[in-house]
Amino acid sequence: MERDTHFVLGVYDDEDVLLHAVEEVRSSGIKIQEVYSPYPVHGLEHVLGYKRSRLPIAAFLFGILGTTLALLMQYYMMLFDWPMIIGGKDYASFPAFIPVTFELTVLLAAFGMVGVFMISSNLKPWAQPRIFDLRSTDDKHIMAIDIANNSAMEIAKIEEILKSSGATEVNKKSFE
Amino acid sequence: MQVTSSVRDPLITGGKTYHDVTHDVCRQVENRPSLAWFLAFLTAAGVLALGSIAIVATLWEGIGMWGLNKTVGWAWDITNFVWWVGIGHAGTLISAVLLLFRQKWRTSINRAAEAMTIFAVICAAMFPVIHMGRPWLGAYWALPLPNTFGSLWVNFNSPLLWDVFAISTYFAVSLVFWYIGLIPDFATIRDRATGLRKTIYGALSFGWDGAAHTWMRYESVSLILAGLATPLVLSVHTIVSFDFATSVIPGWHTTIFPPYFVAGAIFSGFAMVLTLMIVTRKVFKLEDYITISHIEMMNIVIIVTGSIVGVAYITEFFIAWYSGVEPEFYAFYNRATGPYFWAYWIMMTCNVISPQLFWIKKIRTSIVATFILSIVVNIGMWFERFVIIVTSLHRDYLPSSWAMFYPTWADVGVYLFTFGLFFSLFFLFAKFFPVINMAEVKAVLKSSSEKVSK
Repeated sequence: MERDTHFVLGVYDDEDVLLHAVEEVRSSGIKIQEVYSPYPVHGLEHVLGYKRSRLPIAAFLFGILGTTLALLMQYYMMLFDWPMIIGGKDYASFPAFIPVTFELTVLLAAFGMVGVFMISSNLKPWAQPRIFDLRSTDDKHIMAIDIANNSAMEIAKIEEILKSSGATEVNKKSFE
Repeated sequence: MQVTSSVRDPLITGGKTYHDVTHDVCRQVENRPSLAWFLAFLTAAGVLALGSIAIVATLWEGIGMWGLNKTVGWAWDITNFVWWVGIGHAGTLISAVLLLFRQKWRTSINRAAEAMTIFAVICAAMFPVIHMGRPWLGAYWALPLPNTFGSLWVNFNSPLLWDVFAISTYFAVSLVFWYIGLIPDFATIRDRATGLRKTIYGALSFGWDGAAHTWMRYESVSLILAGLATPLVLSVHTIVSFDFATSVIPGWHTTIFPPYFVAGAIFSGFAMVLTLMIVTRKVFKLEDYITISHIEMMNIVIIVTGSIVGVAYITEFFIAWYSGVEPEFYAFYNRATGPYFWAYWIMMTCNVISPQLFWIKKIRTSIVATFILSIVVNIGMWFERFVIIVTSLHRDYLPSSWAMFYPTWADVGVYLFTFGLFFSLFFLFAKFFPVINMAEVKAVLKSSSEKVSK
């Protein structure tokens, strides 16, 4: 079938072997589709050449939005809509507005960032992930190589490179 | 690659492999629960049912069911509220502050501690809501809506309103932080399961596949959430202390309250984490993950925060005398020698003296001693809040208004209800959710276990 996608999978046991393997495989000209790990491997995104996540920027922008909305809300309610002197303080008692402003900044920053994370990583309860190997959430690191993206190289050659880079198993997987 | 000093004790003992971690943690979720779990859960649910009689009575008859009077308008309810919120603080401290400080030992305990935070905050939030008398209205009275949908707004100068924002933000952010950490572990359970369990945990895992891209974002999200949760957790108990400190009641009106409340919160929270963890590791056979050195670390935190609390008590007393303000000094003198002297001395013994026993290595590495002291600390912290709240109020400005507070059965029952709720939720969590963060434990396993074979 045309729409079928075929992958060669390298299975790795050890995170340090994996890091070297990723470098080796990439330098031999193979394009890696993605690496699946049961836990975060430090430096993996670096050897894969991924760009730094921009999620911190999203968090900052949502935080600024929270600060602004909180101050606007409090000033509108306490200064414009129904001004009232409370405890002999000014209508616009800025120091008293800080706690709520701080809380709303944190709330919007956290929820905004997590929302962006969910969308960018396609995390949702009804998502049907493509699982290459069930052990990738247990104890194995799976390196997936899309054959279509590496048509210049023979499959046997790819398998050989994976083996020599330290993969304990080399498998094939197809999705419809 | 991670390098850890060879003089450090291993965090995970028993020569566990990555697969062992998965197996040991998923086992509780997959197997039928043990008899011990059933007995524990039924006990908690029984307490919950018993306590709900008091809840129904309070809602039906009103706050008059409690022992409050004209002079002592806040007593058990707010004591319990502050106590539960304080307990919650340890979870965030372990998951956020220790993450920022790169303390790897937190990985074995952060999941359960965060769960404890969430359940404790639920229990805490019940008290102010019930104290409103008509909680079905209280659900929106406290929100920034025009008052009774007219045009008068909530008062943003009031620390009680700050508390609404602080507690609800704290709950929401803790819940999200906890859930983000659970997603990879739900995926692990999903990939081991079949049938209905696969569907349920598949939905809970949000389609997690462990891709390097996703892990990169996950790490980034965890770090930023930890950075946000750290000032948040400090702000929450600070704002709780403002409920007292911004008033002009002698005994409450002190600037020392925010740091002293935060230290006390962490102190009691760590004690509760220890109480729960000592039982959990035993019942679920997780001794290799939650080791004696984890318990020792937590006991050291208890020494530090307990000492801060002790110094705060003494400072408070000294300043009350040194300030030369007679009503202020009287409030403190009355605490130690007045009709509630016994509560004061329980507080002093449990919070100032008992944690100092942890200087002795034999005691802080003993499970039995730690378990007993962890409960003693929480008794002490409950009395701390009781002393602060009730003794400051019961001597009113006019001697003709002086009164005593006596709890009624409804006071006790509502408190029991929160215990039942807390433990029922915790036992359900322990059965259906992975109690240890598998992914994070695996991430530190190579550098911190005795050996990792294949």
